[in-house]
Amino acid sequence: MLYFSRWKAIAIVAIAVIVCLCAVPNFFSPQTVARWPEWAQRHVVLGLDLQGGSHILLEVDANDVRQQKLDQVRDDVRRVLRDAKIGYTGLVIRGDTVEVRIREGSDFQTAYSKLRELSVPLGGLLGGTGQRSLAVSDTGNALVRLTVTEAAMTERIRQVVEQTIPIIEKRVNELGLVEPTVQRQGIDRILVQVPGLGDPEALLRILGKTAKLEFRLVDVSNSPQDAVQQGRVPPDDDLLYETRGGQKYPVLVQKQVMVSGADLTDAQPGFDQRSGEPIVTFRFNTAGARRFAQVSQENVGRPFAIVLDGEVISAPVIREAILGGSGQISGSFTVESANELAILLRAGALPAKLTPIEQRVVGPGLGQDSIQKGKLASYAGAVLVVVFMFATYGLFGLFANIAVAINVAMIFGVLSLLNATLTLPGIAGIVLTVGIAVDSNVLIYERIREEVRGGRSAISAIDAGFSRALATILDSNITTFIAAAVLFVIGTGPVRGFAVTLGIGIATSLFTAFTLTRLIVASWVQWQRPKTVPI
Amino acid sequence: MRLLRIVPDDTKFDFMRFRRISFPMSAALSILAIVLYFTHGLNFGIDFQGGTLIEIQAKSGTADLQRMRTTLSALGLGEVQLQQFGGPADVLIRIAQQPGGETAQQAAVEKVRGALGSDVDYRRIEVVGPRVSGELLYKGILGVFAAIAAILVYLWFRFEWQFALGAMIANVHDLVLTLGFMSVTQIDFDLTSIAALLTILGYSLNDTVVIYDRIREMLRRYKRLSMPDLLNVSINSTLSRSIITHVTVAMSLLALLLFGGPAIHSFTATMMFGVVLVGTYTSVFIASPILIYLGVGTGRTEHVETPAPATDTPAPPAKASPPAAAKARP
Repeated sequence: MLYFSRWKAIAIVAIAVIVCLCAVPNFFSPQTVARWPEWAQRHVVLGLDLQGGSHILLEVDANDVRQQKLDQVRDDVRRVLRDAKIGYTGLVIRGDTVEVRIREGSDFQTAYSKLRELSVPLGGLLGGTGQRSLAVSDTGNALVRLTVTEAAMTERIRQVVEQTIPIIEKRVNELGLVEPTVQRQGIDRILVQVPGLGDPEALLRILGKTAKLEFRLVDVSNSPQDAVQQGRVPPDDDLLYETRGGQKYPVLVQKQVMVSGADLTDAQPGFDQRSGEPIVTFRFNTAGARRFAQVSQENVGRPFAIVLDGEVISAPVIREAILGGSGQISGSFTVESANELAILLRAGALPAKLTPIEQRVVGPGLGQDSIQKGKLASYAGAVLVVVFMFATYGLFGLFANIAVAINVAMIFGVLSLLNATLTLPGIAGIVLTVGIAVDSNVLIYERIREEVRGGRSAISAIDAGFSRALATILDSNITTFIAAAVLFVIGTGPVRGFAVTLGIGIATSLFTAFTLTRLIVASWVQWQRPKTVPI
Repeated sequence: MRLLRIVPDDTKFDFMRFRRISFPMSAALSILAIVLYFTHGLNFGIDFQGGTLIEIQAKSGTADLQRMRTTLSALGLGEVQLQQFGGPADVLIRIAQQPGGETAQQAAVEKVRGALGSDVDYRRIEVVGPRVSGELLYKGILGVFAAIAAILVYLWFRFEWQFALGAMIANVHDLVLTLGFMSVTQIDFDLTSIAALLTILGYSLNDTVVIYDRIREMLRRYKRLSMPDLLNVSINSTLSRSIITHVTVAMSLLALLLFGGPAIHSFTATMMFGVVLVGTYTSVFIASPILIYLGVGTGRTEHVETPAPATDTPAPPAKASPPAAAKARP
């Protein structure tokens, strides 16, 4: 156990040195590191709990997606039956199914087979899962039921998440934030992590909005007050509200959309030239501009409503045909909210509603405090352990301390290599590793003590101590490693950071126990040829 | 230089006799812990219960807890808890899960911010909705069981099944007592607690495995030693290591406890209890003696005299050297 071939010794030292060197970029400022070659830039990333920032988990509103899907199926049914000139009654959405009754019994078979064609295989041509988008059933009594399958819903939610991520990215980037990450989580979730953010509320405001913008004509032939009082809304209208000066005013708006936000090419915050109020200016694409020009020409003197997510922002009267393809939205904006609306309009509307289901925000002050405390605890822990080891084992304690120091450097090296995230519990993991990295040494030294008491000569005792203890070290560390691995899988955020440092700590302490400590002791034995073991 | 010897070289403590005290004691404590769990319950943090947690720091330097309490309870947010957290300016506000689904939680934060205004710095805001908290709890429980199962399988491969079973009983004992501790102290039970529990699991087993390793070695080497004697020798000869290692771990944890700040306070306190107090006790007084009841070494006879081959003869086990072992060595 105490003999190392020259090459093996060199390899061990080389690995230790290289891994330790990987930690070097962490000691320089990011600006300095940025000038280094790419391969040398890997460094430890501070977790949101240490540098401050926001962690927001958003979930796609499945009900919203289901509703859209059902609306679409209903429209499809209407179109198919109209095209085939088949009479029907009672086309309704009931729960998660669309029901339609075919009027003439003679048409039923044709209608049924036509409606069955609406159900398509999922996953395109290649993904032959055998699943279909709709379950179409004949319930008798000339009634056909079309149910959106769970598989189709999952598929749609997956698509929604895919379409949503770039929009969210655009929104977050437009807020001017540094290094935001936007990731899919599971099927229906999106995790947004933004380090070092001054105003977490602003982030939440721009993430939570669907930002569906519509220009719709106001129905002036019916009174909105009557609609509110009698609870009867004309079939072609929606009853929406406009908030002005803290008061809500009802507005009857036509269901038909003149132009939607999808036709915008640009939106910018600005100020109204006359009143000096904050506004948002926008420009339509060609199709949108043409459509807007046409509608505005036909409706001069009538009010139209600018509707955002089902709320009327403002309902100005069309004074003249708007032909230039650009316009402005004024409402009760502040500079901030005008800017936010412009960002939302530029990034586009989300395909479905998003709900924030988890939010963790750490201010930069707390992060700084945590770093300070983590450092202090690490130094204190290290000093205590180093002194204790030296008092217990003397020279061999010193060897152990060297091994532990190298160990900690190697942990940072591996963390850097993996670009891993260091969190406050992660620091706790490192401190704890210091406590247990010495355990391997303790196991070896205690075994050597025993062998010496058993009457072996110094060198033979050291040799036997190493060979017997290493098996135990392996066994005992693997159990802790399993715990760390499980924690890594189930944990998120800071807790995962703990699992990472604990796991890496175990790996590096195994490495040092099996190679470095042995090499150090072996070199000492070769050099000193000891007659007695000084422990 | 005189080196520190925490455990004298010739320690011969009769751990096995102590099992008549330790087993009933552990059983009683475990039952107490379970009773506590059901009567006192755990203080679920927002990770597992949902709700809102806001850490604030008064800009003036001292937080007027009384006034904040009146202000916040007037908001009609249900149960609002305030607690000094670290320095005199730091306050931790907990708001129970709001009825009305995910968005209602966000609204509650807005209300608090509105009420406290700009006199305070918002150092941390955590909002966990009902769906996420349910999943986190499920994942946490699953994780603990998965870890126990994985470790069991590993031990079963490396040792015999009796050892794996003994370790598992010791393990569950550790977890139950730690949960009891968390129930008594009403420490926040959240994701970091799960991390603490899993670490306790790992370290307690680490300790158990070291002793088991020695027991296995002794079983192979000394065929004539009676089981209780063999266990005693095994524990005594690893005792120094157990103590020294736990002193170093305790030192690390102490440093975290004293200087690590309030954010990881409950985490380290739990770990201190679980790793240092319970874990060590369990490996020595529960995990080892239980092997006798699980039937390890029942096939050992007093007649078979098989001295180990001379080439492989290791040093006799410390000064505890039982007569049989001494004779086995030529």
